[in-house]
Amino acid sequence: MIRRRLPEWFILLLPAIIVIATVVLIPLIFSLYSSFTPYKLTRPSTLWTWIGTANYEKILSDGKFWAAFGRTVLFLTVVLNVELVLGLGIALLMNKVTWGQRTLRTIIMFPMMFSPILVGFQFKFIFNDNIGLVNNVLQSLGYNVALPWLVDGKLAMFSIMFAEVWMSTSIFAILILAGLFAMPRDPLEAAKVDGCTPWQSFRHITLPFLMPFIFIAMTIRSLDVARAYDIVQIMTGGGPARRTELLWTLMSRTGYVDARMGLANAMGYVSILLSIVFTIYFFRKLSAARAELGMAG
Amino acid sequence: MQMDNNLAHRNRTHRNRKHVLKVLHFTALFITMAIICIPGLWIVLNSFRPTVEIMAKPPVWNPTFTLEHYRAMFGGAGQGGVPVLSYFRNSLIVSVTSTAIAVLIGMSGGYAFARYRFKGKSSYFVGLMLFRAVPGVALSLPLFIVFARVGIIDTHFGLILAYVAMNVPFTIWLTDGFFRQIPKELHEAAEIDGCTRWQAFWKVEFPVAKSGVASAAIFAFLTSWNEFALASQLTRSVGSKTMPVGLLDFTAEFTINWGGMCALAVLMIIPALILTFLVQKHLISGLTFGGVKG
Repeated sequence: MIRRRLPEWFILLLPAIIVIATVVLIPLIFSLYSSFTPYKLTRPSTLWTWIGTANYEKILSDGKFWAAFGRTVLFLTVVLNVELVLGLGIALLMNKVTWGQRTLRTIIMFPMMFSPILVGFQFKFIFNDNIGLVNNVLQSLGYNVALPWLVDGKLAMFSIMFAEVWMSTSIFAILILAGLFAMPRDPLEAAKVDGCTPWQSFRHITLPFLMPFIFIAMTIRSLDVARAYDIVQIMTGGGPARRTELLWTLMSRTGYVDARMGLANAMGYVSILLSIVFTIYFFRKLSAARAELGMAG
Repeated sequence: MQMDNNLAHRNRTHRNRKHVLKVLHFTALFITMAIICIPGLWIVLNSFRPTVEIMAKPPVWNPTFTLEHYRAMFGGAGQGGVPVLSYFRNSLIVSVTSTAIAVLIGMSGGYAFARYRFKGKSSYFVGLMLFRAVPGVALSLPLFIVFARVGIIDTHFGLILAYVAMNVPFTIWLTDGFFRQIPKELHEAAEIDGCTRWQAFWKVEFPVAKSGVASAAIFAFLTSWNEFALASQLTRSVGSKTMPVGLLDFTAEFTINWGGMCALAVLMIIPALILTFLVQKHLISGLTFGGVKG
């Protein structure tokens, strides 16, 4: 008998734990510590001054921070809901297609291959008020306007949301479509025989079956909601006059431009908490939906 | 007779309605596809247009074809270009290496979750996932300081390390779902036939789970290939900058070289496009199996 000190599962998990601990956990602990100091990159000695929760108090009493926080939550809520509805719509449309479905599915996956920063540049170009596609088309159609897409606060917010939705709807569409493919036909036909309207059978048969697929998409999305940072950073940089400032752009501005790492790390922790809340919420929903369908394992 | 007429009429309206629905369906589908395709096509199109034309006011709708931007891009730094080939090489090295390592580590982790029972399994699992949820920007601040201390900032190694850590959780999630699909009897039978557990894994279980591993690899590759928030802080020089960071080279303080940027964008999308086409089928099944049944 071989002497075994560690269980096999632990040995198998060990590489993953080591990598994550060194690359994510240690920096996070460091940043947790530095969020309690007035650390500035330009003055390294400030790392050793303990100021307690002053950074957090400063953030929590800062109107700019709360504006960015509220905007981030609003942004995520709007964007995720729109993506879900559009994704569901696209999947239902594609499910009805009888020819060329493979090609359409490939096209749908197109935005998934784009780098978020590329999406940012792409829409910065398209929404450019002078040479952008949107304004050019509007002008060629005879509307003599040059809408300041990225300069006006509200329009800029819309443009950013549009870019984000363009990039991420396909995840919902693809997963919901896969759900539609996996759906058994019999209940739908039985419902038709029993005289259900299409809406009723969608509401009471199709949608409940799709729920786990929707939650996977939501969970995958919630893992990287912060990708929106790349888009916003490129398209507006948080401007004009902070009208599109999200938590992430505010944080990177505080950290890299103002070099106030301690303060930025405190904000970082708030944003990490936000991501964690989102992720746990959807993981819960996912396992509940799985259990309902008897797929738990 | 009257009834017949009525019936025919009803049939006709029914058919008309069906026809209208079909047209609506087609239109909706067409508009959706257009919205998905046009931004990308616009980028490709503009990479072949001379700068004068891109900036033209009023817009020029019939494009002229030129390879100007590609020539400048590959011509090297001398012509006001950007060292694109170095960026491409850096991206390739970093993405491929980090994907390979992440898949190996993730596979072993996923196997542990799928095959062993241990205390606190689900909390380990969710805990690992949470590390993936840490926003890149929030991580980049402390990682930048730590990497600078260790002296691996601006190296391939540092970036690879960061990407491996970023990709491992999701890889575990996907492969776990796939290994669960495989009946336990399979490797038990192999072991009875005289394989070790290790051999049984590679000869029996791995081939079955291949498509899950493929989809995990694609996701890891795309994440590393497209990542910006970390790369922009952890790389400085031509020797380690990746393409997403390189895109910024086309921006000056007030102007952007749109044509050049579009050309680099095309270069960036092509490998991702080819890879995704190759494993398209696995990608979808990977996501759904990994997630739903896992």
